Amino acid sequence: MKLPALKTMAKVPDQINRRDFLKSGGAAVTLTLAPGITVMAFGGEASAAANPATRWGLLIDVNKCAKDCDACVTGCSVENGWKMGGNPETDAQWIRKVDLTNKQTGREVSMPMMCQHCEEPPCVDVCPTGASFKRADGIVLVDKHTCIGCRYCMMACPFKARSFIHEDLEDQKSYAPRGKGTVESCTLCVHRVDEGGIPACVEACDATGHGAMMFGDLKDPTSDIAIALASYASVGLRDDLRLNTGVRYSNL
Amino acid sequence: MARTVYQEVTPTPAIWMIAILMGAFVAAAGVSVLYIEHNGHIVTGMNNQIVWGLPHVFAIFLIVAASGALNVASIASVFGKIENKPMARYSGLLSIALLLGGLAVLVLDLGRPDRLIIAMTQYNFKSIFAWNMLLYNGFFVIVGTYIYVQMARGMSEKVIKIVGTAAFVWRLALTTGTGSIFGWLVARSGYDAAIMAPMFIVMSFSFGLAFFILVLGSTFPLTGRFLGDNLIKRLGRLLGVFAAAVLYFTAIRHLSNLYATEHHDFERFILMGDTIFTPLFWIGQVLIGGLIPVAMLLRKAEKTTKMQVMIASILIVIGGFAQLYGIVIGGQAFPLEIFPGYDVTSAFYDGTINSYTPTIYELALGLGGVALAVLVAGVGVVALRILPMTLCDEEIDPTAPDF
Amino acid sequence: MITRLATILVLSGLLGAGLFGGAATAQEHSALLPVVPKATGEAHPEGNAFMRINHMKLLRHDRDDTMRNGNRDIDYSLKECVACHVQTGADALPIPINSEGQFCSACHEFAAVKIDCFQCHNTRPELNETQALLSRPLPDAAALSAYLDEVTE
Repeated sequence: MKLPALKTMAKVPDQINRRDFLKSGGAAVTLTLAPGITVMAFGGEASAAANPATRWGLLIDVNKCAKDCDACVTGCSVENGWKMGGNPETDAQWIRKVDLTNKQTGREVSMPMMCQHCEEPPCVDVCPTGASFKRADGIVLVDKHTCIGCRYCMMACPFKARSFIHEDLEDQKSYAPRGKGTVESCTLCVHRVDEGGIPACVEACDATGHGAMMFGDLKDPTSDIAIALASYASVGLRDDLRLNTGVRYSNL
Repeated sequence: MARTVYQEVTPTPAIWMIAILMGAFVAAAGVSVLYIEHNGHIVTGMNNQIVWGLPHVFAIFLIVAASGALNVASIASVFGKIENKPMARYSGLLSIALLLGGLAVLVLDLGRPDRLIIAMTQYNFKSIFAWNMLLYNGFFVIVGTYIYVQMARGMSEKVIKIVGTAAFVWRLALTTGTGSIFGWLVARSGYDAAIMAPMFIVMSFSFGLAFFILVLGSTFPLTGRFLGDNLIKRLGRLLGVFAAAVLYFTAIRHLSNLYATEHHDFERFILMGDTIFTPLFWIGQVLIGGLIPVAMLLRKAEKTTKMQVMIASILIVIGGFAQLYGIVIGGQAFPLEIFPGYDVTSAFYDGTINSYTPTIYELALGLGGVALAVLVAGVGVVALRILPMTLCDEEIDPTAPDF
Repeated sequence: MITRLATILVLSGLLGAGLFGGAATAQEHSALLPVVPKATGEAHPEGNAFMRINHMKLLRHDRDDTMRNGNRDIDYSLKECVACHVQTGADALPIPINSEGQFCSACHEFAAVKIDCFQCHNTRPELNETQALLSRPLPDAAALSAYLDEVTE
């Protein structure tokens, strides 16, 4: 989109503003040699924006997940401001605990389910306006500015990960805007990840001491998650659909 | 063959009564939409499990019937059946009216109907939904042109045939798109089948023609114009073939599912479950919407009456709603198979058969769409020279065999 | 398009009236023109006239950058608009910025331009941002007693 009016704004202050400064390469060291002479050294991590060299993902160890624990669900709910009220059929659920019993062997497991952040997300394919999209770093989001509330993504999602907002909302979190008539789902706590943090569910799980959830960059071979994935067997849900989910489960 | 004379319909008190009734339905739908939009979809029966409900059943029925209502015109212009020609304008008008009614329902059920402009300006071309927006809008343009070239003075038959063929191809594409909305949903057991697209085309032939026959059969007596028995019977026989074809496609769809073990649970759910969908399938779709009307329409022709064709058309429309309810709601009521081989429970209805109870607002919205279609068609015949003065058999085609 | 045209018309009307031009005195304010509450933070370096015409473009541009590209280091965010322009009530709590007479609605209602922001976005700063508001000067004694009267009633 053209922003003709911006041209008139060209009177940028003489000093480099914070944004341009950070854009030029993230962490930097500034050294003042003498009044008026400044040397800046750039290095470290690149810009905080979604980076295509990164793919954020989760590894969930089903054996470590306790059946009666829902700390991840509570953690997400508090962080992102969604609540399960009196209408379970229409209330949003970004993350839920599912209890599974193997029909053949009788083994019982419990695990959290959320948006699986597919590499080939069906919700993105079907969205007519492109509101459902995948960031360069693999996080699948809904752009609520262009979501028309058709719910086709909810029909297409194999994981039942999305919720439609059925009622007026108030007091949303400033970093997690959500409103009536649009679709939403787990954002992988994108507001935390962009600041270098980890998702609230992982943090909550760690706090219980279960340590069933691991967050990290799947593309970085030195990350804990990549090392764990390379060492132990794990599965993605509905692997038969070849969606290459960003959330994987071990010991399922 | 005598020259067909088309004339605007002069509204009679009966026509005014119908118009007022339809207007009341449209108004009720409008109030429902405002109510739903103000309160959110919480006031509907739809939820996070059944995301598409009764409005979508109505909308899809109307959209499918819209492309089918064009049949009569296509048969005349594309396949050269001269006896259908006097009805071609009406066929085109009705298809536009039905599509308008269906789209109105679809659009007004959106979570954010105020953002329609986004849907019309930003397209994700991998989405069949986005393609459908283009197909629907294009349908209005092409069928509108088709009606125009038929009505314009001195337009050559060749032009009519070219535009008619374009409209025919377009409507096939349109219904393919509608069927693919479901056919391309890979994750759900009830959908994910390529047969959806051709099945929707055959459904459109059947529902659209049934709707056309019903409207034709009721409009003519209202306007005091004559409608030949043979004409209705001939359309009825064609309808019988279409209804039988729908049964055939339905059978193939379920037989294919029954062959693959992974789909057995879904088939058990539809064919022999204890939910509404089982009687809806066997009694609603197969018996009322299939076997009975097919038997009525395809038995010995001399025994069929005009009234029987009308009744069979009503049955096919009822069966069509039952079928679409089974496809749209039934497909969602069956739980997603996320964990094959496991029994699943959760606080989010995993592994459970989902229930859906539509509210009065959804019904009002859906019926409003039907009423809008009738209203638009009515305004069309009153304002334009759409309906021929007579459709008695001798006028249309004296050489046609007498049943 | 119509929205934009209306905005331009209204804004040029406002500027013509000299309401924000700085030349006008308080006496010249027409009762018909909106009274826009003052913000708490520093003024925009681009100037109020520029912001009045371009705030929606700036917001839209930066929101897409944040939303789609994950760029959090932006100059214009709705969150900051709200944090700086929100007013506090007599109870020292922020008043929703889209309620009558508040920063967003004062002008938007006058210009008859409907905004869609607050169906999803919070109309008040969050609690940690509210802390900053508490450092603002307290309401004067008269307003305070009026509030207390209202509460006790």
